[in-house]
Amino acid sequence: MARFGMVIDTAKCVGCMDCVVACKTENSVPEGLNRDWIEYEVQGKYPSLHMEIRSERCNHCSNPPCVYCCPTGASHVHDLGGVVLVEHNVCIGCKACIASCPYDARFIHPDGYADKCTFCIHRVEKGLDPACVSVCPTHCMSFGDLEDPNSDVTRLLESRNHHALIPEAGTKPCIFYLV
Amino acid sequence: MIQELTTTRHNELIDPTLQIWGWQIPIYLFIGGLVAGIMIISGYLVLKGQYKKNVFSCFYLPQISLILLSAGMLALFLDLEHKLSVWRLYTTFKITSPMSWGAWILVIIYPVLFLNTLIRIPERFQNVIPLFDRLSAFINKHPVLIKNIGILNMFVGTLLGMYTGVLLSSLGARPLWNSAMLWMLFLVSGLSSAAAFVHLITDDAYERELLAKADNAFLTLELFAFGGFISGLLTSTRVHIQAIRLLLDGSYAAYFWVFVIGLGVVVPLSIQLLAVNHKIKHSPVAPMLVIAGGLILRFVIVFAGQESHWTSGWIR
Repeated sequence: MARFGMVIDTAKCVGCMDCVVACKTENSVPEGLNRDWIEYEVQGKYPSLHMEIRSERCNHCSNPPCVYCCPTGASHVHDLGGVVLVEHNVCIGCKACIASCPYDARFIHPDGYADKCTFCIHRVEKGLDPACVSVCPTHCMSFGDLEDPNSDVTRLLESRNHHALIPEAGTKPCIFYLV
Repeated sequence: MIQELTTTRHNELIDPTLQIWGWQIPIYLFIGGLVAGIMIISGYLVLKGQYKKNVFSCFYLPQISLILLSAGMLALFLDLEHKLSVWRLYTTFKITSPMSWGAWILVIIYPVLFLNTLIRIPERFQNVIPLFDRLSAFINKHPVLIKNIGILNMFVGTLLGMYTGVLLSSLGARPLWNSAMLWMLFLVSGLSSAAAFVHLITDDAYERELLAKADNAFLTLELFAFGGFISGLLTSTRVHIQAIRLLLDGSYAAYFWVFVIGLGVVVPLSIQLLAVNHKIKHSPVAPMLVIAGGLILRFVIVFAGQESHWTSGWIR
């Protein structure tokens, strides 16, 4: 069974925010809200500092607390690639899923339902990449099946050092950052 | 060593810290705990046969609980962002979702509380609905039914009290709530608030004395629960230590130490210990402090919990 994931090369990402604009345009994300964003992480001790620029979004976890805590089943795992989605008309807006997400990837849409990245499932179903991946000018983002040994994402993970975000939360995120 | 995160995200209610739950959820959790405590106390007194003496706890508490529970449900409803879809809570049961459990527990509580009201229908409601009078007469002819109603109230009340804590502690993304002691803390605090509530409004001297003594025991247990809650997080991981420090010496320390521990537990416990030992007279001061302390506890835990995060300690 396919397990969709994303691999992002932090050595190539320049934080241009094209992915953010593409997502907002593709998914009509309301003004002031974001399904994806750029995070700059600085670590170390001056002058030995290390900076990582990351394009972040919902991690479509394999162990998704947002799905487990949803009282109505609005938050669910889609059959195609295990993508975590929200059924808008089933969501009551209780916000438990928002509180359960260690990545703070969700928000309340002005229409009253919990909203977040969908991996552009409407594009993926047509065989296209998510909008953010398709517009990246540095080609730092790859999307594919983590279960397929021949996919780009699997090969990248096998060949490069990488990390996920907050792995200690135990959610098994499906977005990986190459270092 | 620098650990600094800069983000371009500024989603409403999410950044810079989570603020998704405002006053409604603490009020709902407080009322839920209070009703849970009332059900346990009322159920215990029914079981012990106190309903024969028409004590306040058996006579009026179940009716008051029905009103309180409805007020709590209203607060929860007001918190929902998609209010017209609230009925969807009852189209499914999600075993992994404490909120789903809570929704169904609340459905069970209404009939259980209603059965309790039927043991002694208040005079003004007698002969209004003949069916209720007949049910009441039937229950009173069978003392074993009354005992079972008492036990059922205690059991369902305990479930409700536990649920108010489990609802938060199941949300693993907020380190302050990741404590196995939270349900115990909220249950004991609910019992303490309920005992104080009866103490505050009953006319019966025996009941007041009994509930003041019970409240002293609950407040003492609450101090132990606080000890377990604090030490459990303090001996856990870095993010959990940083989370509990929000209460111990962080931005919520003043509310926590002054209003929750000081005025909410220690001061009323001291006053009531003197009162039950006949050094001073009973007064409304101690129970009012206990109730206010229980309410502020829910606000502090809900708000500070939302501020706690797995990346706490990083400069954001």
